[in-house]
Amino acid sequence: MTEAIIKCTDVHKWYGEFHALRGIDMDVMPGEVIVIFGPSGSGKSTFIRTINHLEEHQRGTIVVDGIELSHDVRNIEEIRKETGMVFQQFNLFPHLTVLQNVSLAPVWVKKKSKDEAEKISMDLLDQVGIPEQADKFPGQLSGGQQQRVAIARALAMEPKIMLFDEPTSALDPEMIKEVLDAMTELAKSGMTMIVVTHEMGFARAVANRMFFFDEGSIVESGSPDDIFKNPKEDRTKLFLSQILQH
Amino acid sequence: MSINTNPQVLPPPDPPGPIKWLKDNLFGNLFNSILTIFSLLIVYFLLGGVIEWFFNTADWRPVTKAPLLYVIGSYPREEMWRVGLSVTVVFFLLGISWGKWGGLLKSVSLALGGIFFVLAILPVKHVQLDVAMRTYLGITVFVMALGYILGRAEKLKPNLIYILWLISPIIIVVLFAGIENSEVLKQVATTSWGGLMVTFLLAIGGILISFPIGVALALGRRSTLPIVSASSTIFIETIRGVPLITILFMFSIILGLFLPADARLDRLLRALMAVTVFSSAYTAENIRGGLQSISKGQYEAAHALGMNNFQTMFFIVLPQAIKVVIPAIVGQFISLFKDTTLVVIVGINDLLGIGRSVINSESDFLQLQLEVYIFIALIYWVFSYFMSVASRRVEASLGVSN
Ligand SMILES: Nc1ncnc2c1ncn2[C@@H]1O[C@H](COP(=O)(O)OP(=O)(O)O)[C@@H](O)[C@H]1O
Ligand SMILES: [Mg+2]
Repeated sequence: MTEAIIKCTDVHKWYGEFHALRGIDMDVMPGEVIVIFGPSGSGKSTFIRTINHLEEHQRGTIVVDGIELSHDVRNIEEIRKETGMVFQQFNLFPHLTVLQNVSLAPVWVKKKSKDEAEKISMDLLDQVGIPEQADKFPGQLSGGQQQRVAIARALAMEPKIMLFDEPTSALDPEMIKEVLDAMTELAKSGMTMIVVTHEMGFARAVANRMFFFDEGSIVESGSPDDIFKNPKEDRTKLFLSQILQH
Repeated sequence: MSINTNPQVLPPPDPPGPIKWLKDNLFGNLFNSILTIFSLLIVYFLLGGVIEWFFNTADWRPVTKAPLLYVIGSYPREEMWRVGLSVTVVFFLLGISWGKWGGLLKSVSLALGGIFFVLAILPVKHVQLDVAMRTYLGITVFVMALGYILGRAEKLKPNLIYILWLISPIIIVVLFAGIENSEVLKQVATTSWGGLMVTFLLAIGGILISFPIGVALALGRRSTLPIVSASSTIFIETIRGVPLITILFMFSIILGLFLPADARLDRLLRALMAVTVFSSAYTAENIRGGLQSISKGQYEAAHALGMNNFQTMFFIVLPQAIKVVIPAIVGQFISLFKDTTLVVIVGINDLLGIGRSVINSESDFLQLQLEVYIFIALIYWVFSYFMSVASRRVEASLGVSN
């Protein structure tokens, strides 16, 4: 049996007095696509961000690809090299061109030559369908294009795991599909992915397992079939009925 | 319901134009008309007097007798070519940059080149505007044009231009000061430097050197190490809490008391240090403002890519923060340009200092103080005005690219 690539055991997180994560357990196998959904404020972002230590957890363990996430800065940097992240607000670097956005980290973090990094970056921009935008600045691109640049930028570090925090929530409806398509491609290529999203069509088509979060805990988890056809918990049913209405 | 809802009832609007403008703004009603005429009369008497004084009454001899004095002070005239060469170097670099980037650099180059060109062909007779000087002015304009053509060349890499700009201050300082035991570049003591040359040296030197110090202080102030952040904060707040004149005195007098006699620092250098220290506190605060404008998402995106704190700062945060504060830094430069007049008090002959020494140089100039000070004020005004026009254009262009 293969080892889980992400092992979260009893993860707790407090913001001051506020108990944001209340004992999260989740093991993710290599190549798995996990979809996390749940009401706003339920701790989805907080959880996904503890995995690459953008947020610090205070109790429990998180092990990524055999590296335990602790206070050791070197471990944090190692884990960040193995995980890519895509944000709701894209967070592209506005002062750099698209190509520079994608190739910067490979050069300075992975110590690749500039030529090699640019070649990889162009290939990735090709993969997400926007090679012709390489020399533009992020501000000149549409939201959908920006988010695809963000995906390419994360992939340029050749991560083993990709984390997506509501990647399509800030997009106009007509641009959602192009981003989901790029993500679907990525999932097919065997990438391990954790995706916070309410795009249930995407979840049904791509996810291996789904986790329903509420008030800092996992209320229910299972395959998309389980979740959509016979959810066990009332809270899951209620939430699904709300978001599937439109 | 008002009767005006029917568009046909509305009177046709006045045709736009200067007449309409006058009518709307100046002669709208009887009271406004009286006010306008009254103001015009006041302006006429005041301005008329000023113009009359400027062209007829005023005696400009203190200015016209030796204009070069205002530019380079008592810098030895046989070594004057070195100052000239420095200016030519700057013109050359301006030309190249204009060719490469255009925009604001084009306007600056055209303005400066234009002034030189006009001076070169100015139809007046003056001992200091002799054939040699006119030739120099002409050649300098020509060199700028040459730079422009070079700058247009695709092959010329922007990096090379940056490097040339970076080393140009060193070249200029060496040209100004000379090299020990050199025949060609004899040393010229800074005591003979003066005029605009010193004013620009202090203002540009102060801003340039204070820039990296200011960045370091701004980062220091945000540091998580308490000692670093406390000492940066204390430094910044202390400097901002005292007037420049105090710092000038500190550096020119007190520093001398602490240093051994043979380590006496050059007076101009001490003034430059004071100006730099003063300016760096303000640069730091400006940069800090820029740093605060960078969103948390930028840090997170960089960290998520595996960049460490230094890389995040250097590649992601600082470039954006600096871009945001360029207009503020230009504004700071304009103030510093004017504030340098204070160095007169510690015995340095900047533009204002030269003015004072001209007044004292001849007994009949003593009655002509007004002319000298107005001339100097005009120079400051012209430079400051054009710099603030330039800074507004920088602001606008930065706004567009965001
Ligand atoms: N930096 C923070 N400081 C304090 N509270 C926070 C912070 N970030 C998130 N929270 C709180 O933690 C809870 C979970 O937030 P989040 O993980 O962003 O929810 P979700 O992504 O599921 O909408 C929310 O109640 C939110 O208000
Ligand atoms: Mg969220």
